[in-house]
Amino acid sequence: MIIFENVSFSYERSKPVITDLSFRIDDGEAVGLIGANGAGKSTVMKLLLGLLPAEGRITVDELEVNKQNLSAVRRKLGFVLQNSDNQMFMPTVYEDMMFAPLNYMVSREEAEQRVDAVLERLGLQGLKYRHNHKLSGGEKRMAAIATILAMEPEVILMDEPTSALDPYNRRIVINAIRELDQTRIITSHDLDMIFDTCDRVILLSEGRIAADGPADVILRDRALLEANHMELPLSLCSRE
Amino acid sequence: MNKMEKALGELGAMDELASQDSPVHRLNAAAKLLSTIAYIITVMSFGKYQLSGLIPMLLWPVLLFQISGIRVSTCFYKLRIVLPLVMAVGLFNPIFDRHILLRIGGLAVSGGVVSMITLMLKGVLCLMMSFLLVATTPFDTICAAMRQMHVPKTLVTLLLLTYRYVGVMTEELAIMTDAYHLRAPGQKGIHVSAWGSFLGQLLLRSMDRAQELYSSMLLRGYHQHFHYAPVRPFRTRDALYLMLSVGLFIALRLVDAAQLLGHVFVR
Ligand SMILES: Nc1ncnc2c1ncn2[C@@H]1O[C@H](COP(=O)(O)OP(=O)(O)OP(=O)(O)O)[C@@H](O)[C@H]1O
Ligand SMILES: [Mg+2]
Repeated sequence: MIIFENVSFSYERSKPVITDLSFRIDDGEAVGLIGANGAGKSTVMKLLLGLLPAEGRITVDELEVNKQNLSAVRRKLGFVLQNSDNQMFMPTVYEDMMFAPLNYMVSREEAEQRVDAVLERLGLQGLKYRHNHKLSGGEKRMAAIATILAMEPEVILMDEPTSALDPYNRRIVINAIRELDQTRIITSHDLDMIFDTCDRVILLSEGRIAADGPADVILRDRALLEANHMELPLSLCSRE
Repeated sequence: MNKMEKALGELGAMDELASQDSPVHRLNAAAKLLSTIAYIITVMSFGKYQLSGLIPMLLWPVLLFQISGIRVSTCFYKLRIVLPLVMAVGLFNPIFDRHILLRIGGLAVSGGVVSMITLMLKGVLCLMMSFLLVATTPFDTICAAMRQMHVPKTLVTLLLLTYRYVGVMTEELAIMTDAYHLRAPGQKGIHVSAWGSFLGQLLLRSMDRAQELYSSMLLRGYHQHFHYAPVRPFRTRDALYLMLSVGLFIALRLVDAAQLLGHVFVR
């Protein structure tokens, strides 16, 4: 369970980015975090990961996100960065995928099995021994998602997982997200993807919650979305 | 593809060279590392006029290049940026050191010229051997070998991260140069007026990226401890290689093989 209680944050003193944010996400929920550019979505994720110091209280399974608990908290969380270039640092996809399991003391054999299982699930067997710097943008993104799935975290955070993907890979990622039973928090401007993968949506506007409710309700609210620089998901347009 | 991207591709290609297979590739990394260090120390220990003794040292890297299937020309091509720097080291010796050391036919050769050539050759030899090590051993494996040899963890990690950071920085530089040239068509290089902001941006951007990469490592459970892939075990042939090569270096250092050969032919 993830709880934000009156969380505020600013990069620069004068300009608050997150203001008095409170919400709660239960185990196994799939939550879409949406909002205009600069609304604070990525910042919320970084606060949860303890990459930025929050004012207020953030807890993950009763563990407060602070210096003492940091490694215990992070062990539960897997984060797909908005920019995959910054995620992969080992020479090959395979080594990158092995990195987290080995750090968490999984045996080499088991880690190998995990890697193969994830690659197969995402249809990426061909990428296994490819060099990271030679992947296309979309391949990199798929590989980055694979590294996080191989980690088997309790909560998966994805920052724009489908940007840069072609429709085929986008569909694979959507299906993979749907099959997960972990808690998922996903940010995206791809509202169709959010609609396909999330039961609940939190809409951020200038660092505050503008709406929080079932995806089916919020993603159909044309006025609310348009007020926040977004449009109705295409799949819902024809049926309204 | 701009110059930077090419340089980057070559850096990546180092890892690819290293993942090929040959008897040299198959040697234990620690053995190769130690032998390389021994080689460099030997080369450096030659006196500044001992050119004739130094020349036979060239045989070893050339032999290894042959066995490993990596072309010597690849080495010089990839090192073309550093080579001139290494060569420049002794450039002023002929000016400062003018006493005549030897005469070849009617030509008087000053000590400065000999010491310049000796220095250059030393630099080239050391570069060749270092290149060979990196080209036949993945960088991670070299680091793993250092850890096996109880080199302090912090130092090894620092090396590994520096190696990665250079990659990040070249990548950023490539992106920025491209972006610059797309908006300044026909311009050669980067105009002086833009250097300041260009360098500043480069530093900020690559630092930002390095920071993110580092967080991405932390988020995946990194605790100042790298789990290196298992290193090939140290076998008899590795011990043999190490002893043989070090033995050869010592012999070449003590006996001036070129002069010896010369005497044989002259007498
Ligand atoms: N390192 C930083 N320093 C200063 N301000 C920052 C920094 N990172 C982000 N901001 C500011 O914080 C605000 C929220 O940024 P954030 O990255 O969380 O937005 P976002 O909702 O993820 O947007 P996007 O949809 O574009 O990814 C923005 O106004 C941004 O300008
Ligand atoms: Mg963002």
